[in-house]
Amino acid sequence: MSTRILIIAEHDGKKLNTSTAKCVSCARALPGVEIAVAVLAADAAAVATQAAQLEGVGRVLTVENPANLHALAAVFAPQVVALAGPFSLVLGPSTTFGKDLMARVAGLLEAPQVSDIMAIESPTRFRRPIYAGNAILTVEASADSKVVGTVRMASFEAAGGGGTAPIEKAAVSVELPTHTRFISVSAARNDRPDLQTAARVISGGRALGSADGFKILYSLADRMGAAVGASRAAVDAGYAPNEMQVGQTGKIIAPELYVAVGISGAIQHLTGIKDARTIVAINKDGEAPIFEVADFGLVGDLFQIIPEIERLIS
Amino acid sequence: MKRILVGIKRVVDFNVRIRVKPDGTGVITDGVKMSINPFDEIALEEALRIKERGAAEEVIVATVGPADCQQQLRTALAMGADRALHVQADGVIEPLTAARALLKLIEREQPMLVILGKQAIDDDNGQTGQVLAALWNRPQATYASKLELAGETARVTREVDAGLETLEVELPAVITTDLRLNEPRYVKLPDIMKAKKKPLDSFTLAALGIEPRQHLKLVRFEPPPQRQKGVRVKDAAELVDALRKKGLL
Repeated sequence: MSTRILIIAEHDGKKLNTSTAKCVSCARALPGVEIAVAVLAADAAAVATQAAQLEGVGRVLTVENPANLHALAAVFAPQVVALAGPFSLVLGPSTTFGKDLMARVAGLLEAPQVSDIMAIESPTRFRRPIYAGNAILTVEASADSKVVGTVRMASFEAAGGGGTAPIEKAAVSVELPTHTRFISVSAARNDRPDLQTAARVISGGRALGSADGFKILYSLADRMGAAVGASRAAVDAGYAPNEMQVGQTGKIIAPELYVAVGISGAIQHLTGIKDARTIVAINKDGEAPIFEVADFGLVGDLFQIIPEIERLIS
Repeated sequence: MKRILVGIKRVVDFNVRIRVKPDGTGVITDGVKMSINPFDEIALEEALRIKERGAAEEVIVATVGPADCQQQLRTALAMGADRALHVQADGVIEPLTAARALLKLIEREQPMLVILGKQAIDDDNGQTGQVLAALWNRPQATYASKLELAGETARVTREVDAGLETLEVELPAVITTDLRLNEPRYVKLPDIMKAKKKPLDSFTLAALGIEPRQHLKLVRFEPPPQRQKGVRVKDAAELVDALRKKGLL
């Protein structure tokens, strides 16, 4: 019998997040799987159409409810559980959306969750990083239990398009809690590429000295078409907003090019970038641990080097 | 009584560079410094501040784990918790087991708020808070960077991928902490002495009526693949040149 996998789509009501296409790639690593994508939304049509086009998706299930306007884990989880019956594996992305939701789903199912799946070796065997990526653990679930999982974004490419999966309305009648209410979301306006999917990322550390100091990075990033990230130290110091944090507890990314500027390279930061194809480190301290992982290292004053790079590529 | 329950975990200190055992059965923890999981320290700090503001009367700290965990409970008492609960359990404790144990403590203590770290820095699972909220059938607000109590509700600002999200949850609820919620206080020596006299109750999982079940077998631990050490370039021009040759600019 083939393995049935349910993937919970992440979206903003209009657009499907790339994280869902990465979950599909994770699921497709197993031979002969049947993949369904669930879209929970107030109005699911647009997102369901996008999900149906992902290569490898067998069908799309929509659950429409005005209560699904905002992705509240407490509201989504019982609906996911209602859909989960026929599936042996229920996956979501290891983003703040998926991490918040899937563990609540696992709790309701009283099923084990495998967090941050980086490889799927069989329907019950998974590999995942622990200790900030300083060890890789292989876990095996028993075949008689449902398994919930979150998929590590940096480990999978997004599935391609061209699919034509049927879209079905799923009948879900469960009581939804009203104890949790969405108030607001405030995101800094950002015209730059998305940090989590950008091919090039430039990150700054505490050495930038201030939010103003980050301006030289934004300028270079715009020239290169890069996203901008930050170390925890820079975010803690208020030089950059929280959504820019790269590392164990921030975003874990895998760009083609990662440029670490004035970042010393604590293990927690390196966890977030170790899948980057090429790492460049620019730091005035030649002994900084970031140079241990950098493909290209440049020791010097970032306030001279960054504008100079920008001049050279203009 | 208005109580806050804080869950903590004993973990390898975040400054320790861990190594995998040569036989792949785990990581080396012998002689390694152990601490309260940093996110749990933030959870405790938040609970203490709420109590100091007069919005709670008692802070209870709890952990599930082997006998050694009592060291971390004592540290938590020294930080300012009023009493500690230790659920003794050996071996692998999965989030579901930890959450079941915490739920039993909730039923006994009836807290208005439960605060946990968003993840433990050893297994990096990031599940216990959400699993607990699910079993308890109460709200969850994960990755909190701001927490305001107002009567029967809490307003929580959460650090999410898009930016900052604000939720309102009815109490009691489970909150999990992110890094920027607060900066935990340092423990002072006289407080360590005082903490020795604070109550610490210990009981077994079995006494709570919980049978620990390990759903996931830990098959193999491996060190991660190492990156090749790169080259030093002398200036910006050489760097730009090298990146152009690789087609990265």
